[in-house]
Amino acid sequence: MVDVTPADAVPPAEVAEMELYHPHSWWTKYVFSQDAKVIAIQYSATATAIGLVALVLSWLMRLQLGFPGTFDFISPEAYYQFITMHGMIMVIYLLTALFLGGFGNYLIPLMVGARDMVFPYVNMLSYWIYLLAVLVLASSFFAPGGPTGAGWTLYPPQAIMSGTPGGQDWGIILMLVSLILFIIGFTMGGLNYVVTVLQARTRGMTLMRLPLTVWGIFTATIMALLAFPALFVACVMMLFDRALGTSFFMPAIVEMGEQLQHGGGSPILFQHLFWFFGHPEVYIVALPAFGIVSDLISTHARKNIFGYRMMVWAIVGIGALSFVVWAHHMYVSGMHPYFGFFFATTTLIIAVPTAIKVYNWVLTLWRGDIHLTVPMLFALAFIVTFVNGGLTGLFLGNVVVDVPLSDTMFVVAHFHMVMGVAPILVIFGAIYHWYPKVTGRMLNEAMGQFHFWVTFLGAYLIFFPMHYIGLMGVPRRYHELTATTVMTESANDLNAFISIMAFLVGFAQIVFLFNLIWSIRHGREAGGNPWRATTLEWQTPETPPAHGNFGKELPIVYRWAYDYSVPGAKEDFIPQNMPGSFGTSREPA
Amino acid sequence: MADATLTHTGQAQPRPTGLQGVAADWSSDQRAFKNVSWGKAMMWIFLLSDTFVFGCFLLSYMTARMSTRVPWPNPSEVFSLHIGGSDIPLILIAIMTFVLISSSGTMAMAVNFGYRHDRRKTAILMLLTAALGATFVGMQAFEWTKLINEGVRPWGNPWGAAQFGSSFFMITGFHGTHVTFGVIFLIIVARKVWRGDYETGRPGFFTSRRGRYEHVEIMGLYWHFVDLVWVFIFAFFYLW
Repeated sequence: MVDVTPADAVPPAEVAEMELYHPHSWWTKYVFSQDAKVIAIQYSATATAIGLVALVLSWLMRLQLGFPGTFDFISPEAYYQFITMHGMIMVIYLLTALFLGGFGNYLIPLMVGARDMVFPYVNMLSYWIYLLAVLVLASSFFAPGGPTGAGWTLYPPQAIMSGTPGGQDWGIILMLVSLILFIIGFTMGGLNYVVTVLQARTRGMTLMRLPLTVWGIFTATIMALLAFPALFVACVMMLFDRALGTSFFMPAIVEMGEQLQHGGGSPILFQHLFWFFGHPEVYIVALPAFGIVSDLISTHARKNIFGYRMMVWAIVGIGALSFVVWAHHMYVSGMHPYFGFFFATTTLIIAVPTAIKVYNWVLTLWRGDIHLTVPMLFALAFIVTFVNGGLTGLFLGNVVVDVPLSDTMFVVAHFHMVMGVAPILVIFGAIYHWYPKVTGRMLNEAMGQFHFWVTFLGAYLIFFPMHYIGLMGVPRRYHELTATTVMTESANDLNAFISIMAFLVGFAQIVFLFNLIWSIRHGREAGGNPWRATTLEWQTPETPPAHGNFGKELPIVYRWAYDYSVPGAKEDFIPQNMPGSFGTSREPA
Repeated sequence: MADATLTHTGQAQPRPTGLQGVAADWSSDQRAFKNVSWGKAMMWIFLLSDTFVFGCFLLSYMTARMSTRVPWPNPSEVFSLHIGGSDIPLILIAIMTFVLISSSGTMAMAVNFGYRHDRRKTAILMLLTAALGATFVGMQAFEWTKLINEGVRPWGNPWGAAQFGSSFFMITGFHGTHVTFGVIFLIIVARKVWRGDYETGRPGFFTSRRGRYEHVEIMGLYWHFVDLVWVFIFAFFYLW
């Protein structure tokens, strides 16, 4: 068959250029900005700020666990409050907001070749409602009774009973209101991300030419738009149970010898709703990390990503499968054995697309021209960490293995490895990678190396021993465990060791924060494309990109995002918007 | 809610039809849904998300109803009105449903006249839709008042399972809120149509973007969705 279209043929523009809002004052340019790049920085800064609060909370927990009985100010109630707020902040207000609101806002328009998100005004509202949600959440620290101590899963009936901190005070109400606000705000942003990817790409940018970063964020956003409704409904119903005295989740119950005014509700219903959101949430955090790490590895190994199409389908497949595995969080809640069988099977099937991704990352590295830059170090660290966390996931996905391990420190170690440490490593790598585009200057390399090694090795020193004490049977969410049979002398020593490592790793982040601020003025000038990368965000006329991203003319895309070290080409990278044909690209036809 | 339209590129773009057309569109550049504007795509995706919200509400209600061990009040008796000496079951709900479905008809007509640039008829039909929507909410308020007077509360009622009142107020309240928001936005869009904003390209107050008559259709998508949801609430809550 003869191909009649020339290689450079690009379809004509289908839509008129979008109308941009041009700010008239300092306020509309930097505060109430409709520019996705400014909104991205606002999202990132807010998420980091509240994330630091959660980091301090984890220190307080480790103080208690490592040195029980030493710190009188950490009462059992306070300990539960620390656990709850640490978990909720890290999962929702830090990771979700940073990946989708932060990286999504900054990278989607730039990478697909759009001037901005499709509805900048709605996008701006998204951030301000998110900020309100964060403030409502933070206010619960100062409310009478303090924040809720129900655990981040907020299981009823205990979440709204007087024995739980904040259960009959303001804590749980503020938490639920904050989550509802977060979901409303996120929906506004999420609709923007999805429509921008689907309907606002530049000429020549087909879906199969998108960088995997965009694929990851795009799929995660669709999942979030379908999973958050379950959490929304669960929050509304629990709010009614608490504030109006309904009994959606509350069975007939006796508390302190007194019959409560509830009856007939189903606590298990809450668990189903929560985990129908909660399990996709794991992948809402993981898929953007998968996408970003693919781009980091390809760029810094100067090689095209191996099996691009399989990578895309693996992302989509993981996204779809993650909606049918939620009850593996509920094995100990009790269920029909066939359900356990079903959910264990679907859970283990997810290992297939996930393994495809890991193999493809490794095969991308295979015989690559690997530059051990700081972003690359973080990307490599992610792969090993994710494999580690994924393998313990195979343990917990099986009903018979999960039941004895459930609610032990093994579970804590598992999910911190797989959805705590691994995505955070990607976030660090991504910040080192894109900081030059955001500010025009490189982050300091020496500080970056120090930050990487302390964080990476430290994270293993924290969470590896945790697997071990979990296998010994040490339960999680216990305030104090000194004088019990499961807590041997060695387990106590390990706990103290873990705590000391947690302080070290936490303090090392000060170097990173210092680097972020110091490099704005003193970093090395980066130029427009310091990593010699192919994707569109590195081809902008100005760095940092100006309002409207691409100057007068939108870029036209002629190739996929992974033309690195193309045999026969002069340079070892060919930008996506470079016309002409060079050498033999590996772009799938 | 301004967005980009198809521009005349001067070149014919023959596209395959059927499944091949779908594949061609999704593997093409720029847009996955050809000839679908940003605003319309966004509304459809929002409605998909909202479907999950209502789906979770209804599933939770059904779970509560099936798992409670206290008898569920009989909807035919609870939702009956004493008219002319006899109890007519579900009469108010029937009228409410009729009103809401009719409003979908006037909405569809408004969309049609909008694309014909018939400002007067479009605005009148939209206001009529809003009036029917407001009537629906008004009748809902009447129904709530009647039930509250009879002793139904979110935490209990005289006839059986407490979850009856909880689910009733939560689900109809959430749907009624959707209708109320719809009425407010219908009035806003009707005002823009009446004033001729979509003819003169007057920029939006908040977004500074120009609107188009397509906004009437996007408004209509939301309105039809709210109607469709009501049909499911009607079937699962009142008829079951």
